[in-house]
Amino acid sequence: MSNLFTVHFTTFLAIIGMGIATYSTRLSGLLLMRGVVVQGRLKAALDAVPPAVLMAVITPTVFMTGKAETIAAAVTGAVAFFRLPLLVVILSGIFSVVLFRHLI
Amino acid sequence: MVRVGWGLMNPFSKDFKSGIADAWPMFLAYVPIAALWGTLAAAKGFSPLEAMLMSAFLYAGASQFVAIEMWGAAQSILLLIFTIFIINVRHVLYAASISRHMGGIPHRWHPALMYILTDEAWALLERKALTQPLTLGYYLGVAFPLWPTWFLSSAIGAFIGKQLPDPALIGLDFAFAAMFIAILAGFWKGPRTGAVIIASAVVAVLAKTYFSGAWYIILGGLAGVAVAALLHSEAEA
Repeated sequence: MSNLFTVHFTTFLAIIGMGIATYSTRLSGLLLMRGVVVQGRLKAALDAVPPAVLMAVITPTVFMTGKAETIAAAVTGAVAFFRLPLLVVILSGIFSVVLFRHLI
Repeated sequence: MVRVGWGLMNPFSKDFKSGIADAWPMFLAYVPIAALWGTLAAAKGFSPLEAMLMSAFLYAGASQFVAIEMWGAAQSILLLIFTIFIINVRHVLYAASISRHMGGIPHRWHPALMYILTDEAWALLERKALTQPLTLGYYLGVAFPLWPTWFLSSAIGAFIGKQLPDPALIGLDFAFAAMFIAILAGFWKGPRTGAVIIASAVVAVLAKTYFSGAWYIILGGLAGVAVAALLHSEAEA
């Protein structure tokens, strides 16, 4: 059972290094905004962060994976347009991706 | 806080529960994805404890899959760390954006709250911030329970090993994309939003095609943000 709790030194070092790299990205956004008055063009830019980054994150799945994913994303988008509860939208996406993967 | 009677909750626990109510589908999605990641880590020689430590310290799904993919093949730890940094640099934008809505949360909490800011938690928090400022209870309700869910499921996946079915079989790999589409729809404010997301998608496709790794997220995101800044006119502000 001892191998359940094995921690190799290099693995540990890599984990700590990657953890610090990741936390530094999360913390630096906070520190960058300290004392910054957000208005005008900067506000317009920051307001666009959620739609812009969300779109970029899903782009490979939606446009570069296959027809099933693209159609399922369109169905999900149509369902989301009606402002249905989040869970309903997610389930419609999961259901349609399974359906279209099966059909196509 | 003194309990004044049945049915009355203090604002913190009320907001905390409201956060959990919004985020619980994500708990269900995190379990199989983290467990799958755990099995991949175990296949690369990670012990369950190592898998759990990585999930607890790194706590960024996409980059963890890349780290396991590179594991053993990476030329050096520094290259691995740099790659993870590039994948996760989008969090700079997340934190900068969400911190504007955290004015009601005591400052001493902010650094700890950033630690648990995943894509999914951030998207849910931005959605809430469209209508009201964030509270400490709501933020923790959305973001905190996802953390142990993620690292404990990773450890369980690594312990079980390779017998888990692929989440793609039941479409679970699409759950996160579906949630992001749902939240994206909430940010629609007219043609300008259309211009922002088209710029983001086009640049993301180009970046994904021509650069390996995760540059597409930050390049696509910055393209959308740049379009928003360019289209801004002071007259209407």
